[in-house]
Amino acid sequence: MSKLGITASQTVGPFLTIALKADGQEYIVPETVEGALKLSGRVYDGEGQVVPDAVIEIWQANIFGKYDHPEDTSDFEIINDFSGFGRSCTDKDGHFFFITLKPGRVPGRGNTLQAPHVSVNVFARGMLKQQVTRIYFSDEVKANTEDSVLNSIDDDSARNTLIAQRKEGNDGILEYTFDIHLQGKMETVFFDV
Amino acid sequence: MSEPLEYSRKSKNDHPPARYEGYKSTVHRSPQRKPIKIEHTLTEVTGPLFKNEKIDAGESDLSIVDGQEAQGQRIYVSGKVLDEDGKPVPNTLIEIWQCNAAGRYKHAVDQHPAPLDPNFTGKGRIVSNEKGEYKFTTIKPGAYPWGNHYNAWRPAHIHFSLFGPAFATRLITQMYFPDDPLFAFDPIFNSISDEAVRKRMISKFDLDTTEPDFALSFKFDFVLRGREATPFEGQD
Repeated sequence: MSKLGITASQTVGPFLTIALKADGQEYIVPETVEGALKLSGRVYDGEGQVVPDAVIEIWQANIFGKYDHPEDTSDFEIINDFSGFGRSCTDKDGHFFFITLKPGRVPGRGNTLQAPHVSVNVFARGMLKQQVTRIYFSDEVKANTEDSVLNSIDDDSARNTLIAQRKEGNDGILEYTFDIHLQGKMETVFFDV
Repeated sequence: MSEPLEYSRKSKNDHPPARYEGYKSTVHRSPQRKPIKIEHTLTEVTGPLFKNEKIDAGESDLSIVDGQEAQGQRIYVSGKVLDEDGKPVPNTLIEIWQCNAAGRYKHAVDQHPAPLDPNFTGKGRIVSNEKGEYKFTTIKPGAYPWGNHYNAWRPAHIHFSLFGPAFATRLITQMYFPDDPLFAFDPIFNSISDEAVRKRMISKFDLDTTEPDFALSFKFDFVLRGREATPFEGQD
């Protein structure tokens, strides 16, 4: 069959919030749910300036490591009110956040297990197409060492850009910080998927 | 579990580069390191399907707000969401946003001195039907100036956001209108070097689906990434 050409990407532009911002879209679960955690950070450009017109989207498995999607044919349970998708538009200081649960481990290629991770799409004014990255968790040391995607990154400092750091000494909700650097010395690792 | 079948890689070459100097804002917002290739896992071949999302029929009609009609040229924008093999992509969420007929977005950052229209928000949503079809009723957006370079104007366009079946099929793009005199001067449109790929972002005027005494019709099909061919395909 002859293939049709794909529709190419174009920037979201500066007015993305008109359609892409909605109340509550950062909450994959309510804050009151047991195990709820806050994943937050800021988006920076190559000059260290914050990016106030970005939208971050995440996609993840549930706590059992099950994606709510027909191609995940594992026996793990789907949790009906856990969609696994969230969206957060950055504020004037470049902040985004999500309230979610840590995903379980999902299969990788070749009979492996991936470390708990969240997939991320980054869109912004000044970006002609999205950049794709992943968020891993600093308190999953063992699983992280077994993850083939993390292990495909040779440079330690680059690899560390993918690891959300757990804040210590916090009495309230568990918090993890994950900043996104679109360019520069601290540039986040982005993936070709 | 067997290995997931990858989504096509070659088609990604049609996207614009991360950095395109003509579009100045890309200069500091484009990664300098080469992205690292991930072989697709369950993470990439799954994605949000919005089964529980409640969408009103009225959300696909941007031309009326609270029973009041927006100013400007009423149009239909309709077509199909397909994959590279021409197969329809059903039940997929489509979100749009656009400026009004005068070229003004309903957004605090937009300071273009063109009138806002109280009856136009410029925001719409729909889910494609079983055949992958969608249809919006809206107002033809105007051109508007921007600060990229001296006398810079964007060609009229509607922003479209689509999900498709997987994280790997996510697409945000802009749909343009035929014969826009601004195409030649727009760095966002021209960030794509291949003319054939650029032309695929331009809708077609369609007299057959134009509604007499009511609305002009523009047709536009989206093509999302398809699956890589399996070794068994093509043996029929």
